[in-house]
Amino acid sequence: MNIELVLFLVLGLLAVVSALMVVSRKSPIAATMFLVMHFMALGGLYLLLHAQFMAVVQVLVYAGAIMVLVVFVIMLLNLGDEQSLSEKVTKRETSGIALSMLLGGALIFAVTRAVRPHTSDAAAAALNNGTIEAVGKALFTTYVFPFEMISLVLLAAAVGAVVLTKRHLV
Amino acid sequence: MELIDVIVLVVKILIVLHIFLIGAAYVVLLERKVSAWIQDRVGPNRVGWRGSLQSFADVLKLVLKEDIVPGHANKFFHFLAPVISIAIAISVWAVIPFCSPFTVFGVEIQPTIAPNLNIGILLLLALSSLGVYGITLAGWASNNKYSLLGGLRSSAQMISYELSMGLSLIGMMLVMGSVNITTIVAQQGGYWFGWLPKWNIFVQPVGFLIFLVAAFAETNRAPFDLAEAEPELVGGFHTEYTGLKFGLFFLAEYGNVILMSALMTTLFFGGYHLPWVEDLPFFKDHTGLLALAQFGALFVKALFWIFFFVWVRWSIPRFRYDQLMNLGWRVMFPLALLNTVITAIVLAAMKSS
Repeated sequence: MNIELVLFLVLGLLAVVSALMVVSRKSPIAATMFLVMHFMALGGLYLLLHAQFMAVVQVLVYAGAIMVLVVFVIMLLNLGDEQSLSEKVTKRETSGIALSMLLGGALIFAVTRAVRPHTSDAAAAALNNGTIEAVGKALFTTYVFPFEMISLVLLAAAVGAVVLTKRHLV
Repeated sequence: MELIDVIVLVVKILIVLHIFLIGAAYVVLLERKVSAWIQDRVGPNRVGWRGSLQSFADVLKLVLKEDIVPGHANKFFHFLAPVISIAIAISVWAVIPFCSPFTVFGVEIQPTIAPNLNIGILLLLALSSLGVYGITLAGWASNNKYSLLGGLRSSAQMISYELSMGLSLIGMMLVMGSVNITTIVAQQGGYWFGWLPKWNIFVQPVGFLIFLVAAFAETNRAPFDLAEAEPELVGGFHTEYTGLKFGLFFLAEYGNVILMSALMTTLFFGGYHLPWVEDLPFFKDHTGLLALAQFGALFVKALFWIFFFVWVRWSIPRFRYDQLMNLGWRVMFPLALLNTVITAIVLAAMKSS
């Protein structure tokens, strides 16, 4: 057994278990911290795939920025009695389970159908796809239009959020 | 991985851990001595020669104190918070190079735990962005209003200043053309006009200034220590912590001060480079001695910034919270953006001409 397989099994197990804990915990803070753990495990999996930039951005953006905001909001809301939240969401729960099963089926279908690059050339080329240089070049040449469009969409979302919270704009 | 690599790695980790622990203990002593000097007092002078063993007495006191967990606190997160703080403070050391590579008994040694990492600075920012969890969770898990307010203040402050910190480094990365810390330090070894060291401070003074202010905010040190403002919040996020857990927060704070000093040195002041002296022909044959001299240079430069941290704490009063947020979002953030844009334009103009 080589070390990459061991690492993959450990990180994969960690990711699955922490994801299950996120949906099963009643305390919102505990769920959030498990989600942080899940993001870290995903970052480790990206590293195993030689996608260093993705791995570090995963930790920097999701675990380091977005989840901190989530923790912040949970603390400000001061949910208090954590048990009362979980009672009246049965309808949402069943539809959620159905949807995630559908998504899981689609993913399994796609993954089993995928063609794996068997040649060593393709594997060697894939090794360098995840460095900052490669990702940066791809983002600013081949994918520059979608990349800039996404930034516009994000700007619109940010402005929209401000407009929604401030009812009376001066 | 050969056995010898594993041994070298373990030795490196042990050395870095000891630098961290003993360094943090002595920075506490330095802080007490310097604050005493600034306030015209004597400072600790009972334990050891002129108080030189005071830190060990402090540590012993913290270890021997009873560990009290408040009855209404969330026990697990109350325990986890200081562990997160200290783990992050230690792990960032993995990317800092201590001297140039040297050879001992025929083994070439890279004096970094994770050398030549081509995501170096990003990893550093990613790890330090996780540090906020320690303080936030401590505030929340204590189930105390003062602690919660301290934790909230600190998390808002840290995400605000993280942006400026990351942006302040982008100009430097553009100039260097790399995010690999080993490369960045190596490139600062040359000279302009044959005598001026190629330190980044001379090309990125604004970037350094922003990084310096953001470093104070990220470490929660005065004048940005609103997370533990004692007149308003008793002790802030660590009000409910005693004994060794409080000690861990303390250690993490001083560890972060050393870390930020080492980072400022590494990224803006030539890192381990000892200008002019290291080019002497004597060092060509003695790479081991050169490594020692360079480590000394890094140590002295970092020591200056540690002293600066202490100096500022005992000279400048604390900000008000709205002042802190205004400074972060209305001054530092636009300034960092402007610095990035101007650096990019100048670099593009130099390339095309």
